[in-house]
Amino acid sequence: MVTKQFARAIAVICAIVTLVACASTTESLYQQIGGEQTIEEITENFVYEIEYDPVILEYFAGSDIERFKQKLSEQLCMVTNGPCEYTGDSMSQVHGGMNITESHFNRTVDLLINAMNKAGVSHRHQNRILAELAPMRKDMLYK
Amino acid sequence: MKLAGFFGGALLLCATSVVAGEGKLIATAGLNQLEGAGGGGIVPWATLSGYDSRDEMSVSAFATRVNLDDYRLHVVGGSLSLYDRVELSVVRHTFDLTTLGGDIAQNVYGAKVRLYGDVIYSDWPQLSAGVQHKVLQDTGIARALGADSDRGTDYYLAATKVHLGAAAGYNLVWNLTARGTNANQLGLLGFGQQQDDGLDIMLEGSLGVLFSRHLAAGVEYRQKPDNLGLGEDNWWDVFVTYIPSKHFNVTLAWAELGSIAGAADQNGLYLSVGGQLW
Ligand code: HEM
Repeated sequence: MVTKQFARAIAVICAIVTLVACASTTESLYQQIGGEQTIEEITENFVYEIEYDPVILEYFAGSDIERFKQKLSEQLCMVTNGPCEYTGDSMSQVHGGMNITESHFNRTVDLLINAMNKAGVSHRHQNRILAELAPMRKDMLYK
Repeated sequence: MKLAGFFGGALLLCATSVVAGEGKLIATAGLNQLEGAGGGGIVPWATLSGYDSRDEMSVSAFATRVNLDDYRLHVVGGSLSLYDRVELSVVRHTFDLTTLGGDIAQNVYGAKVRLYGDVIYSDWPQLSAGVQHKVLQDTGIARALGADSDRGTDYYLAATKVHLGAAAGYNLVWNLTARGTNANQLGLLGFGQQQDDGLDIMLEGSLGVLFSRHLAAGVEYRQKPDNLGLGEDNWWDVFVTYIPSKHFNVTLAWAELGSIAGAADQNGLYLSVGGQLW
C-alpha cells in the first residue's frame, strides 16, 4: 500500500517534468537565451562581478581582460550550440599553474550565476549552461 | 552533557582553522536527516552536511519535529563536516507517546566518510559510507516488546548525484542508500529481537527536483525491518524545502510511517529547521 503511494508520488513528479519538457522547443540553447546579445551581457557582467570580488580578482592580475571577454563569449556561444568556434587555449593550458582551489572554483561559479541572473537568463537555462561547463572543472582544480 | 562536549570540541577545532564552509553551491549541501547525517529527511545521503569544500570545515545544527496520530518525535542535533571528507554528528531523539503517555529518549552518534566523487561534478555519483551508533536511554518499552538490546549500530553506503538541468532544465537529485540495521523504529523500540539480533539490509531512496536555487521538492522512501513482529512498515514522505541562505533551511513534509508499536497508520507533518552555523 505504502509502495503504491510512493509510486504515485514519483508518477506525479515525472508528469510535471514531462509537461515542462514538452513546453520547450527545438531552438538551440543559444537562441533560447537570446543569442549574441545575451552572451555579451553575461561576459560583461561576469567581468564586473570578478572586479568586485577581491579573492577571484587576484587570479586575473596581469590578464588581458579584452581577450578573456572575447574567448569566454566564444566558448559560451559554442557550448550553447551557437554559430561560433572557440579559438582560445584549452582549459588545462589556461588554468594550469593557478592552483585553483575547490572553494575558489565554486565561488567563481557563484559569480557566473550572478552574471547570468543580471543578464536575465532563466534558472532552467542557467542550469543547462552550467551542465555544459561542469565537465571542464577536472581540468582546472589544483593544477 | 555529551552534546555540550561535542560542540565544545567542534568549536575548538574551528578556532584552529581559518576558513569556514562557503565552498559549495547553495542548496547542494542538503539537510540533516532524522538520525543526524547529512541527507534528506529520513534517508542519509552521500553528501556531507554543510558547505565546506576540501579546504574548509563547517558546523550545522537542526531541529525536527514529526507529529503523528499517536506519537510525536522531537529531534535536535548538530553535525561537523571536515574538509568535505568526514562528517560527525550527534542527535537526541525524544519520542512522545501522546496517546499512552510518557516518552522514550535515544542518542545517536554518527560518522560518515566520503569515499568518492562530487555530487555535481564527478561523472559517477558521490559515494559515502557511514555508521550510526544508537543508545536508547529509556529501555522499558523496548524490553517489554521483546527487543534484544538497548544499543545498536547501523552501517550504510550511499550514492547521490545531482544532474544539472536534467529535469527539463531543473536540477535533479537522486540518492540510493543501503543500510545494515537491526533497529526497531530507528532504535526507539530497541534493537533486534531475542531470537534474532542480526543485521538486515534495507534499501532507502530519495528523488528531488530543485525548482530554483532556493526551493526543492521530492519524495523519499525507507525500507524497515520488522524484528518485533509488530508489522513495522516501510516509511515514505513527500517534502518541500526552502533554502533562503546557506545558514538557514526549512523543510515541510508529509510523512507516512505506517504501523508503530501496534498503532496503525501513523501519518503526519514533518517540520525541520536547520542551517550552517559556521
Ligand atoms: C567552468 C569554469 C570556467 C570556465 C568555463 C573558464 C573559461 C575561461 C576562458 C574561456 C578563458 C580564456 C582563455 C584564453 O584566453 O584562451 C579563461 C581565462 C582565465 N580564467 Fe577561467 N574559466 C573557468 C573558471 C575559472 C576559475 C575558477 C578561475 C580562477 C579562480 C579562472 C581564472 C581565469 C584566469 C585568471 C584567466 C585569464 C588567463 C590569462 O590571462 O591568460 N577561471 N577562463
